Amino acid sequence: MTVDRSAAFLFMIAGYLAGAIVALIAPSDRIARGATAIGAASGSVAGLVVALAVLATGDRFELVRPDMIAVAGGIAIQLDSLGALFLALVCSVGLFAAIYGFTYTADYDGRRSLRFFGLMFNAFLLGMSLVPCAANVFTFLFAWELMAVASYFLVMTEHESSDARAAGLWYAAMAHFGFVLLLPMFLIMAPAAGATAFVDLRAGASALPPAARSTVFALALAAFGSKAGVVPLHVWLPRAHPAAPSHVSALMSGVMIKLGVYGLLRVTADFLGTGPAWWGGLVLAVGSLSALGGVLYALTENDLKRLLAYSSVENVGVIFLGIGAALVLQSYGLPALAMVGFGAALLHTVNHACFKTLLFLAAGNVLHGAHTRNMEQMGGLIKGMPVTAMAFLIGSAAAAALPPLNGFASEWMVFQALLSGAQIPKPEVAIGSPLAVGVLALTSGLAAATFVKAFGISFLAMPRSDAAAAAREPHWSAWTALGAFAAATVVLGLFAPSAIAAMYRIVESVTATPRDVTGGGGIWLLSANGVAAVSPLLIAVLVASVAFVAFASIRARGFDVRVADTWGCGRIRQTARMEYTSSAFAEPLRRIFSELYRPTEDFSVSVHPEARLIIRSITYTTRIVPWIEKALYEPVTRGARAIAASVRRLQAGSVHLYLLYIAAALMAALASAWWFE
Amino acid sequence: MQLFSKILRTGIATELLRASDPDAVEIGRALDVRARQLLGRALAIREVDAGSCNGCELEIVGLASPIYDMERFGFHFVASPRHADLLLVTGPVTRNMEIPLRRTYEATPAPKFVVAVGDCAKSCGVFKGSYAVVGPVESVIPVDVSIAGCPPEPADILRGILAALDRLSPGPAR
Amino acid sequence: MSRAIAILFQTLLAAGLAPLVGGFIRWVKARLNGRRGAPPWQPYYEIQKLLGKEAVVSRTASWIFRATPFVVFSTSLVVASFVPLVAAPAGRFIAGDLFAAVYLLLLGTFFLALAGLDTGSPFGGMGASREMTVVALTEPTVALSIVALALNAGSTSFSQIVSRTLAEPAAALGPGHLLAFAALFIVTLAETGRLPVDNPATHLELTMIHEAMVLEYSGPYLALVEWGASLKLFVFLALAVNLFMPWGIAVSLAPIPLAIGLVTFVVKIGVLATAIAVLETRVAKLRLFRVPELLSASFVLALLAVLSTFLTR
Repeated sequence: MTVDRSAAFLFMIAGYLAGAIVALIAPSDRIARGATAIGAASGSVAGLVVALAVLATGDRFELVRPDMIAVAGGIAIQLDSLGALFLALVCSVGLFAAIYGFTYTADYDGRRSLRFFGLMFNAFLLGMSLVPCAANVFTFLFAWELMAVASYFLVMTEHESSDARAAGLWYAAMAHFGFVLLLPMFLIMAPAAGATAFVDLRAGASALPPAARSTVFALALAAFGSKAGVVPLHVWLPRAHPAAPSHVSALMSGVMIKLGVYGLLRVTADFLGTGPAWWGGLVLAVGSLSALGGVLYALTENDLKRLLAYSSVENVGVIFLGIGAALVLQSYGLPALAMVGFGAALLHTVNHACFKTLLFLAAGNVLHGAHTRNMEQMGGLIKGMPVTAMAFLIGSAAAAALPPLNGFASEWMVFQALLSGAQIPKPEVAIGSPLAVGVLALTSGLAAATFVKAFGISFLAMPRSDAAAAAREPHWSAWTALGAFAAATVVLGLFAPSAIAAMYRIVESVTATPRDVTGGGGIWLLSANGVAAVSPLLIAVLVASVAFVAFASIRARGFDVRVADTWGCGRIRQTARMEYTSSAFAEPLRRIFSELYRPTEDFSVSVHPEARLIIRSITYTTRIVPWIEKALYEPVTRGARAIAASVRRLQAGSVHLYLLYIAAALMAALASAWWFE
Repeated sequence: MQLFSKILRTGIATELLRASDPDAVEIGRALDVRARQLLGRALAIREVDAGSCNGCELEIVGLASPIYDMERFGFHFVASPRHADLLLVTGPVTRNMEIPLRRTYEATPAPKFVVAVGDCAKSCGVFKGSYAVVGPVESVIPVDVSIAGCPPEPADILRGILAALDRLSPGPAR
Repeated sequence: MSRAIAILFQTLLAAGLAPLVGGFIRWVKARLNGRRGAPPWQPYYEIQKLLGKEAVVSRTASWIFRATPFVVFSTSLVVASFVPLVAAPAGRFIAGDLFAAVYLLLLGTFFLALAGLDTGSPFGGMGASREMTVVALTEPTVALSIVALALNAGSTSFSQIVSRTLAEPAAALGPGHLLAFAALFIVTLAETGRLPVDNPATHLELTMIHEAMVLEYSGPYLALVEWGASLKLFVFLALAVNLFMPWGIAVSLAPIPLAIGLVTFVVKIGVLATAIAVLETRVAKLRLFRVPELLSASFVLALLAVLSTFLTR
């Protein structure tokens, strides 16, 4: 069945534009929501068709319009397998986010401008869809900036809250910091003025001297790393993702940060090719920092969405560990082993998009039902929201890398990629590779603890507030998105060998390395040398069979079940105050890592004014401020404010001074034109 | 290493269970056959102090010591009544312990039985008629075996439990 | 086909033998305490008794509480199916390697922690919190011990590691192996809740880690949880014994090697279990916040194991 890919691509653009425009001019809020959803959904379906067509056949899709905006090189679209994978991610998450958003944003009816929201939502999807398709610098940067600006407005949806405003500011600043680094990176690679198509960049990059290549690499890592959310450039992530509406958070966490991974892969694996070993080492270091830092801060969070945001930082760290391992292996001349690293990174990208979207959409249901993001106020939600609870459980188990779900499959592949580093007889690899394995293992253990807390405190036992007790499922249409991603999480886990084989095909097409590694035979995920193997499907079947046999034999034997109160040592009443709290759950680990967290504690006791021995209340406040912000960002913001304050002195308000400035600038321009003659 | 040389020197200190005062053990109601069969070889004991002076507790602690070694009969102490088969109750039931004792009994899964240890548990002992006391254990939860004594000997407590499980052989020593 | 039967036989052997290991450790400790103690097969009586009792379920608990015993039991048993016990078969029915084994056991712990939180009792939450802390801190040590073993063997597959150690007995006495064994031994004590990390016989809730999570379980649910816990101990002992000292393990599936493998396996497990019992008699339980120091020491041992393996290659 041949698909007219150009028509589908243009339909995608048309769908998003139609959604944006119709939403803007819609007569009522309900129609605005509907137009947003329909436009976004139809655009996403069309984009998915194009992406799948490219992935299935491996043929590139090209569309070049040099006449449009000719001064900057025109609009050039080229979709190869790598871009198609990311386009497929954008469109599949976008489709279900749009469906979910239709009923989710009903809360905003009459209170916010749903027309503007619809415009920005579709613009956001348009920008994200164009980034993997871009084939020249102008298209890429245009799509990149469109994505950033649209998402800024989406983050500021609840702009009356100061948290959201601060989040928007940080986000805008970090996004433009990345943009400022992207420009020189592209321009260094351009072989001649005006030759800014990606094919030119590829040729230009191979002709660059080593110092320039390393500069390009460093700029790419910083710029794309800040978009992906690696430590220390992650600070916008835990602010922006909780502030945005839940389906927007899902899009940002599930897909937008992956476009940072796409950019890095495009520049390093495609344009630059093989580089020195320190590139891989730097990526490994950055990945390790992000993985550990992300999960450690996720562990102590009480805000459910911020916990999920920090968990995204952790997973991006895992992806970077895979990329770093691949770069190191590539630089030592082991491209076949490097393929395992790239494949593992791509697989984890897809898997994370899957389960993180699931988690954020379920968190959206929780927010809708319990009206709070604070886990200390939740509890017992599994009784009132069983479908959401099941979805969140599947997402949590996948995030904790538990077999047989998809998180386990990709982390297993990353472990195998790191282990392949043992083939390299260099001392720095001998120390670095086991340390990276240790960091990854610690991260996954802490992630398991984090998600026990996230699911257990929010959904289990008794409600800690009236709102949580009254929480119910939202409109059933929200379940379509949850169901789709839960099913995808399970399927990608059970059939991980087929998924990794597809990833190997994509890597092969980008790096032009022959596929020596067997991409998984049937149900087996294989290590690089093909000896170690794990089959998630077989594990699932075995565990299910044993559990079923145990269940059947115990039921056959028969036993009585009696429902009674929880054993509380004979206490008179069992209330929600006796449950473990979210802070208490993380407390042992917080104490153990207190040097990292540097929590501030405030303890005050208020006594009866006339009888000092009668205590009226005891207040204990503890706060964790990520010290990386204090150490790294506070000096920067203070410095920026100081510079801005001193520059403000130039604006003295006097017209004469301004005329003097104009004259001086004119003189300088004339002088420089004469000088550079 | 001093520890291990001492262990070697001491050897096994467990004594045979001797018959002592035959009137100490009073079986109130017998366990049904199914419960006796089920709990006969592995018994989990949860001790409940319903306001005792701790004299009986000191004797009960001796049950797990090397001399009396209740583990050789398959008994062991557990922390949660959910894990327990036998509630070993001491003390005259004080007002504050009435509800906790009842809740402990309700928390224990069936089949279960209760052994009241000591004169206080049997008949409030020296605290009979006190304002702080509700009544003997029998007035709060059903008691299967009572063991008299203030405090009773650990050997009597053991014989009482074994008698309830119908594991007591008729001879003088075991 | 005989391979599948061998794996099935090993799995049933694991299920049957696991309670005996816990009972044996208890019996040795009793003898060291100067008591007669319960016979080593006492856990079988306990499981049988629990299967006949009523199950009391908390009013606040959800389906997770009732499902967890089955998850814990089945994950431990499936791990036992692909860990080398009497023989080290490879191929179609061995579902995973070392990493898969560790993560599958983590699945059981995940659900057990959730069940602890599900009851709404503070002890359950405390047990869940402490257990996840200990498990998270043991993960890097386990991973590095696996790396140390895999470096020698070339992969993380069990049969490969066993056959490589059998082929090079000198390497088994090398510093890498010994350090990795020490690290894995400490991890075994931590993950299975033995002294000095957790006292399996304690009655003080505030000193409990694993026991606190199961305080609400009764009847057949408790039987499955206890059986699953003993299977976990069995699996860890089998790993310690067969990955580091695999001599005697059956390399083919003929009856004589299998019989020799069975006898040597039972003897080796017995020796290691006795060592654990002696250790538990000697040491006292560590304060909870001293446990990370012990676990970091084991991490350093594992890191040294990896480095020495690199250097001696």
